[in-house]
Amino acid sequence: MKRRMFIKQLALAASVAAIGMGSTSLYAQGKTVKIGVLHSLSGTMAISETVLKDTVLMAVEEINAKGGVMGHRIEPVVVDPASNWPLFAERARALLTQDKVSAVFGCWTSVSRKSVLPVFEELNGLLFYPVQYEGEEISRNVFYTGAAPNQQAIPAVEYLMSKDGGSAKRWVLLGTDYVYPRTTNRILRAFLKSKGVADADIMEEYTPFGHSDYQTIIAKIKKFSSEGKKTAVVSTINGDSNVPFYKELGNQGLKATDVPVVAFSVGEEELRGVDTKPLVGHLAAWNYFMSIKSPANTEWTKKWATYAKAKNIAGHKDRPLTNDPMEATYIGIYMWKQAVEKAKSFDVDKVRAAMAGQTFKAPSGITSKMDEKNHHLHKAVFIGEVKADGQFNVVWKTKGPVKAQPWSPFIAGNDKKKDEPALMAEKKK
Amino acid sequence: MKTLLLALLLSFAAAAAAIDRAAVEKLATGEADERSAAISALVAEADPRAAEVLSALAEGEMQTVAGKDGARRVLIVRGEEAVDAVTGEKVTPLPEEREDAIANNRLRGQIEGALAALKLLSPERETRLEAVKQLAAGADEALLPLVQKALAKETDAGIRPTLELIAASLAMKSGTKEARVAAIRRLASSSSPNSRTLLAAAVNDPDEDIRFEAQKALREVQASLAWGERAGLLFAGVSLGSILLLAALGLAITYGLMGVINMAHGELIMIGAYTTYAVQVLFRGTPYFDWYLLAAVPASFAMSAMVGMALERSVIRWLYGRPLETLLATWGISLMLIQAMRTLYGAQNVQVENPAFMSGGIEVFAGVVLPWSRISIIAFAALVLLGMWLLLTRTRLGLFVRGVTQNREMAACVGVPTGRVDTWAFGLGSGIAGLAGCALSQIGNVGPDLGQGYIVDSFMVVVFGGVGQLAGTVYAALVLGFANKFLESWSGAVIAKIVVLVFIIIFIQRRPQGMFALKGRALDS
Repeated sequence: MKRRMFIKQLALAASVAAIGMGSTSLYAQGKTVKIGVLHSLSGTMAISETVLKDTVLMAVEEINAKGGVMGHRIEPVVVDPASNWPLFAERARALLTQDKVSAVFGCWTSVSRKSVLPVFEELNGLLFYPVQYEGEEISRNVFYTGAAPNQQAIPAVEYLMSKDGGSAKRWVLLGTDYVYPRTTNRILRAFLKSKGVADADIMEEYTPFGHSDYQTIIAKIKKFSSEGKKTAVVSTINGDSNVPFYKELGNQGLKATDVPVVAFSVGEEELRGVDTKPLVGHLAAWNYFMSIKSPANTEWTKKWATYAKAKNIAGHKDRPLTNDPMEATYIGIYMWKQAVEKAKSFDVDKVRAAMAGQTFKAPSGITSKMDEKNHHLHKAVFIGEVKADGQFNVVWKTKGPVKAQPWSPFIAGNDKKKDEPALMAEKKK
Repeated sequence: MKTLLLALLLSFAAAAAAIDRAAVEKLATGEADERSAAISALVAEADPRAAEVLSALAEGEMQTVAGKDGARRVLIVRGEEAVDAVTGEKVTPLPEEREDAIANNRLRGQIEGALAALKLLSPERETRLEAVKQLAAGADEALLPLVQKALAKETDAGIRPTLELIAASLAMKSGTKEARVAAIRRLASSSSPNSRTLLAAAVNDPDEDIRFEAQKALREVQASLAWGERAGLLFAGVSLGSILLLAALGLAITYGLMGVINMAHGELIMIGAYTTYAVQVLFRGTPYFDWYLLAAVPASFAMSAMVGMALERSVIRWLYGRPLETLLATWGISLMLIQAMRTLYGAQNVQVENPAFMSGGIEVFAGVVLPWSRISIIAFAALVLLGMWLLLTRTRLGLFVRGVTQNREMAACVGVPTGRVDTWAFGLGSGIAGLAGCALSQIGNVGPDLGQGYIVDSFMVVVFGGVGQLAGTVYAALVLGFANKFLESWSGAVIAKIVVLVFIIIFIQRRPQGMFALKGRALDS
C-alpha cells in the first residue's frame, strides 16, 4: 500500500517535472489539479483568443502564489485548436479523458462552443466560456461568463435608437457567416420589428471567416445609408477580418457622426494595429472597458501590465491592453476556485452546485453574481466610443448588473423554455 | 499706432473674457440636452475662444476639476499644459484628480458642423472651401442663419454653388412651401448622397406638390449617383483584379512557363509579407518611417527569390517531369515554411502599419472614395507586370527562359545552360510572389496562414487564363476580380465566392486549355 502511494507520487512528481510548470516548492506533497486551456493560438481567431490563454495563465500564477486551490497547485494544460472547429472537439476530449482536467477554460466563437458541447455533456466536463454570445443555450456543463444578447446587443441597439445615440431608423446587420451573427441578427431583427422598424429598413450582410476585401460592402452601406433615414451599422464580424474592415471604413471616410458602427466582437485588442484616428466615435458594447475608472480596474490593468512584461507577451509587453473577454475569463477562473473551496471537492457535480450564487468583485468595479439557476453572470452593460488612441470612452451604462436572458424573448417559442439547464430541471421534478 | 494696437489687444482680451461661464460649465458637465443647448449658445457668440473650447471638447482635450463653491472648473489640457476654458489663463501646476469631459457622436457631430459654419465667414478661401465640403455632407438646421449670412457675402465661383446647395438642403427641413419647392429643384441638380437622403425623406411629405417635386428630383439625383456607384464597383473590380494578378503572376512563371506545380507559392507570398514587416520594424522610430516601403519592395523580392532558388536547387529540380511528386513535395515544404514562420514570429498576426500617404482616399464622385492604398497597389501591379514583360522579352535571360520552356533539348543543344536558367526563372517567379506579399501586407492581415488564402486563387487565375500565357493571366485576374465584385454587390460575399468557383469548374470542363490556348508546340509535352 505504502509503496503504491509512493509510486503514484513519484509518477505525479515526474509528470510535473516533465511539463516543467514553475516551482513546486510550495506544494511538497505534489498535490496538483489540472485545468484545460482551450483557445486558438493560430488561425483567424488567434487575434482574439491568444490573450485569453495568457489571462488564464496569469490568474493561475496568482492563485498558485497564494497557496493554490484547497492546497492543490493548479497545473494548466494549454492546447491549440487552431481556429479549426472539429479540432476543438478532439482537443476537448483529450483534455477530459487523457489529462483528466477538472475544468476547461476556453472557446471564443459559438461554432467552437457548439462543437465541444456534446463532448462536455457526454463526459460530464466543466467548461467556462468567457465571450459574449447569441444565447439560445443553457448547458449544465457550461458556465457562461460572457454576455447574453440582453446584456450586450439589445442595449446597444436601444442606445443607437435613442436621441443621444443618433436616433437611428435604418439598420445594417453585418456579420461573419456562422451561428453567432446569424442568431444575434435574428434576435435583433425581431427586436427592431417590435420597435416598428420595417423590413425594408433592415439590411443583412454576411462574409466568410477571414474575409479581407470590404470594398463592396462599405459601398453598399454608403448607398443604403443615403436612402432617407439615419442609418446605423451593427457589426458581428469576428476575428482578424475586423482589421481590413476598419481599415477600409477609415480609408473610405465613413464617419461615425454620419453612420455609426457598433461592434460586439471588437475591443481594445482587435483595434491594436489599426489607425483609429478615422474611426473616432464608432462604438462597441461590452461589460468591461479598459478605460473604466475604478480602483479594481486600476489594480487589474497594472497586474496585467507587469505580467505581460515579465512573460514577454508579444505586443502586450510594450503596450498592455485588457478587454472584456479577458475580464470574463478572470472572473470565471476565480469563481471556479471559490466554488471548489465551497464544495471542498473538485468533483464536477459538486462544483456545479456550488457555483450557483457565487459572487466576485470584477475589475469593471461591479460585483458580478453567477445566477442561481441559469449558469450566466449578472453583468453591467457599457457602451463605449472609440478614441483616437484606440481606447474607448464610456458614453452610456446600465445602473447596475443585468440578469442574463439566454432564451431571448424575441425568438418565438422561447417563452416556454425553462431558465435553467434541462437536466437539472428534470431532476427537480 | 501703439495706442491703436493696445486698444485692439484690450478689446480682444475683453472679448476673450466674455465667453459665457455658465455655458462652458453646462458644456462640460451637463445632461445631454443641456450640453447640446450650450453648444448652440457658444456658437452664437462667434468668438475664437468659443471655437477653441468647442474643438477641445470634440478632440477629447477637455477636463474638469473641483473648483470653488462646489462648481466644476473646466480646463483645456494639451499634454502637460492646461488653460482655463472660460478665461484662457494658464493653469499651473496641472491639478490632480481631473475628470474627462466626454463628447459622444451627437455632440461631436454638432460641434463639427458648428465649427465648419463658423469657418464659412473666414477670409481665407481654402478654409471656406474646406468648410463647405464638410457641411455639404449634412448639416444641422440650426446653422441656416449662419449659412445664409455667408451666402450673402460669398462671391467665389468655386464655393458658391456648394453653399447654395447647403442652404437649399437646410431650407428643405424648415421654411415655407415655396422655399421648400425651390430647394428641392435646386437639389435635383446635385449628385451628393446627402441630397438623396433629404429627397427620399421628402417623398413621403403630406403635401402633394412637394411629393411630386421630390419624386422628380429624386429620380435625377439617383441617376447621377448611380454612375458614381458603377464607377466605385468598377474600381473595386480592378483593385481585386490587381491583387489576384500580383498573387498569380509569379505562379504564371513557375507553373505556367516551367510547369512546376508549386504548392508553396502562397508561402513565398507570405515570406514577402513578413519581410515587409521586418523592414518596417527596422524603420520604426526613425524619421524615414513613411518611406520604409521603398526598402521593403526590393527586400521582399530578394528574400522570396532566394528562398525560391534554394527550393529549386535542393528539391524541385530533382522532380522535373513528375508533377505528382512535385505537388506533394512542395506541399510539404509549404507546411514547413508556415511552421517556421510560427516559430520565428509567433502564431498571431503581425501588424504592418501603412505609411501615412497610403491612409485615407480621394473622392472622385460624390460618395465614392477611392482609398490610396488600393490605388497604389493597382499602380504597383501595373509596374510589376511591365517589368516582367520587359525582362522576358527584352533581356537575354528572358530569351533563355522562353527558349528553355519552348524546347528544352534544342535550347541545350545551342548552348543555353538550361539548369541554371531554370533556377533563375524559378527565382524570378518566387521574387514576384514576394512582391505580392509586400503589397498584400498593406491591405490585409499578415500571419503565417496568409499564403493559404491565396494559393487557390492564384492557381485559379493561371488555369483560367490558360497555362503558359502571361496575357491570359492578366485577363483572367481582371475577369475574376470584376466577376467577384459584381456578384458580391448583387448577392453577398458568401454566395459570390461559391458562384465564382462553380463557374470556373464548368469553364475548365468545357475548355480545359483556359481562355487562351497555347498555339504550336506546348511545353515539355
